[in-house]
Amino acid sequence: MADLEEFRVETNAWLRANGPASIVGTMQTNEEGIWGGRKAVFPSPDAKRWLAIMAERGWTAPTWPREYGGGGLSPDEARVLSQEMAKLRLPPPLVGFGLTMIGPTLLQFGNEDQRREHLPKICRGEIRWCQGYSEPDAGSDLASLKTRAVREGDDLVVTGQKVWTSYADKSDWIFALVRSDPHAKKQEGITFLLIDMATPGVSVRPIQLISGASPFCETYFDEVRVPLRNVIGALHGGWTVAKALLGHERSMIADVFGGGARKGASSALVEIARRHLDAPEGPLPDPIQRDRIAQTELDARCFALTVQRSRDGAKAGHRPGPETSMFKYYATELNERRHELMVRIAGPQGLGWEGEGFVAEDLALTRAWLRSRGNSIEGGTSEIQLNVIAKRVLGLPD
Amino acid sequence: MNLVHSEDQELLAKTAADFVAAHSPVARVRKLRDSKDPIGFSKELWREMAGLGWVGIPFPEGLGGAGMGFADLAVVLEALGRTLAPEPFVSTVLLGGQAVLLGGSEAQRKEILPGVCSGETLLALAFEEPGSRYDVSRVAVRADVEGDEWRLSGRKVHVLDGAAADTIVVSARTAGAGSDPEGITLFLVPARARGVRITAEQRIDSRGAAIVDLDSVAVGRADVVGPVDRGAVLLERVIDRAAAGLCAETLGLMSEAFERTLAYLKTRVQFGAPIGSFQALKHRAALCFIEIELARSATMAAVRALDEGSDDASKLVSVAKARCSDAAVLVTNEAVQMHGGIGMTDEHDIGFYMKRARVAELSFGDSAWHRDRFARLEGF
Ligand SMILES: Cc1cc2nc3c(=O)[nH]c(=O)nc-3n(C[C@H](O)[C@H](O)[C@H](O)COP(=O)(O)OP(=O)(O)OC[C@H]3O[C@@H](n4cnc5c(N)ncnc54)[C@H](O)[C@@H]3O)c2cc1C
Repeated sequence: MADLEEFRVETNAWLRANGPASIVGTMQTNEEGIWGGRKAVFPSPDAKRWLAIMAERGWTAPTWPREYGGGGLSPDEARVLSQEMAKLRLPPPLVGFGLTMIGPTLLQFGNEDQRREHLPKICRGEIRWCQGYSEPDAGSDLASLKTRAVREGDDLVVTGQKVWTSYADKSDWIFALVRSDPHAKKQEGITFLLIDMATPGVSVRPIQLISGASPFCETYFDEVRVPLRNVIGALHGGWTVAKALLGHERSMIADVFGGGARKGASSALVEIARRHLDAPEGPLPDPIQRDRIAQTELDARCFALTVQRSRDGAKAGHRPGPETSMFKYYATELNERRHELMVRIAGPQGLGWEGEGFVAEDLALTRAWLRSRGNSIEGGTSEIQLNVIAKRVLGLPD
Repeated sequence: MNLVHSEDQELLAKTAADFVAAHSPVARVRKLRDSKDPIGFSKELWREMAGLGWVGIPFPEGLGGAGMGFADLAVVLEALGRTLAPEPFVSTVLLGGQAVLLGGSEAQRKEILPGVCSGETLLALAFEEPGSRYDVSRVAVRADVEGDEWRLSGRKVHVLDGAAADTIVVSARTAGAGSDPEGITLFLVPARARGVRITAEQRIDSRGAAIVDLDSVAVGRADVVGPVDRGAVLLERVIDRAAAGLCAETLGLMSEAFERTLAYLKTRVQFGAPIGSFQALKHRAALCFIEIELARSATMAAVRALDEGSDDASKLVSVAKARCSDAAVLVTNEAVQMHGGIGMTDEHDIGFYMKRARVAELSFGDSAWHRDRFARLEGF
């Protein structure tokens, strides 16, 4: 513990010395963050510099081993780092699916060559990754996927279509599930494959969401040749890897959308209510909205405490249960309720799409509400999470 | 704050679970009810629990207690909650006991608390009145000055274990009126004092609760608990502790009701399949599970915050009480529904859980009341 306090002091000093002043308080949401990649966009030169400084120190991926570009920190140290960054309102230098999904999966299932090839590039933000799981006929029933991979010499030749591929148009590589053995049982003929999207035969078409943004795409593969060395785990053994990655994905989603819950005070909702209910201070004048806000904040507090309990349990050596489903479910449903409530509090001013008559904050929150509806769908729907809890936690029969 | 049981707490939980299994099935509660037991619990079992050191958990060693904390007591209360054991932890240890511990003079503590810890002395706290609901400041019972004494007159209701108590801590108005938080004072009143009349209330959970009528009951300086006129602050602190303890008990009862329901879902067959295979029930069971997990986290945080004397303690108690109230009602209502017709019968135990959950919900502030307090403490 004394060591941890020392680490805190040192880290705070280092962050103060190295965090560019111009980025303090910027890029606070995941969506606004730096996603990296060959087509990376930086909102400012300092944001780029911040990424370089942090990557140099291994702190874009604080807990990964140093030999792969990580920081080699213990979970406790990593937590201290993020607490100190939050205190100084320094944004994360890098976000994205490389850090949260494929990276942890490679650490678990990748061979040495694969780790050395991909992890350092993720840490430096050089390569941006996307996820090719869902297909037009394989959503919740993911294992029924059809994208075909036929072996030819040392290659797999991939043909088929993925859909809802978030940020495919901005990504450099895709981790995809393909059917390599059409004769095996559906879970047993799947291979987990890394594909360079610059390979001939890969094409993407963006799709527009109800929020007006178009973060996801259809992704097509037309006889795309992928070397066998890009298979993660065993050929036809991809389902195990796929499920492990889903675990990482659900934790990440719970983290991103439950994140608001962890901030101490009841903040955003109350601010919006103060603005719209004309109540700059004191008790909110509308008792019904006030009660709804209290309920939401109280739920958020309980959720944050449950995440903490699970972490404390893990530290005390309790085996983690299938909690990711519970966290994914609750964090996303809560985030949706929070956004619903924001729009309701905004009232008619929450109905703007763009243009005159509406302030920027309200337009943004309305778009955010529309986007939030996807939270209970992406990464496995809420219904699927409840199925998992019923089966794996409660042991209810099929 | 570490939201995980210590090794000692694990051990305590095990001991308590074994004790409950051996001595306190739900059938015992049913028997107490059916025999119209005048106090609604077993004094013998209470003394055994005291012998195990449980009654003295949150009292200092110097006063015969164990010098442990609410996080430890919560472990025991949860175990007892699982089979609805009606022994008077809430009334004696959490309400009356904490009032004396937090507000009492050195002499009062020395005189009363060792007997509490040994299981000999039973206490109650009379703070509710007709129409006062959850407002501890709404006190109409009068304390009229007479020389250097007071005379207490008026009616207290829902006094938990009022019929069993040896001494009742009574809130009365020494100044002010209505819901004025100033002017409330706590007094020690022997249950057998002249002018005290105790009438049992029959409540849905068949636990001991009573109406306490006071007719010019004489109390002196030495009977005042805490500062004169400033008793509301003390009451609020005491009730925070009681509410947190009740959360732990509620956590036990909802966990047990849920586990019994899960077992039923796996064995009851309709349409040629266990009813637990129906997705309409699976999803509802999963939602109950999540609610219980959240209630557990909130309760663990609340009792630890009390132990640490944290500034956030009252807020966390409100978070926990709101959560546990709603979760216990949800889970026990679902439990009855998923049992079908048998769940509606008095013969089946599940209804006992539903009734106790309702009592817990509507004691020390329901969820709406605690959300209001939470909002106030958060500054909105
Ligand atoms: C914003 C967003 C981003 C996404 N990003 C990606 C990405 O980057 N990569 C990727 O591969 N995928 C991505 N997805 C896809 C996502 O994983 C799927 O949409 C999701 O798994 C559901 O599949 P589906 O859309 O085919 O719906 P379906 O599976 O057809 O489901 C339709 C409805 O039926 C319900 N349902 C289905 N099966 C059951 C069942 N057994 N029991 C009860 N109810 C059931 C569902 O819960 C849902 O309500 C994204 C989705 C969204 C919304």
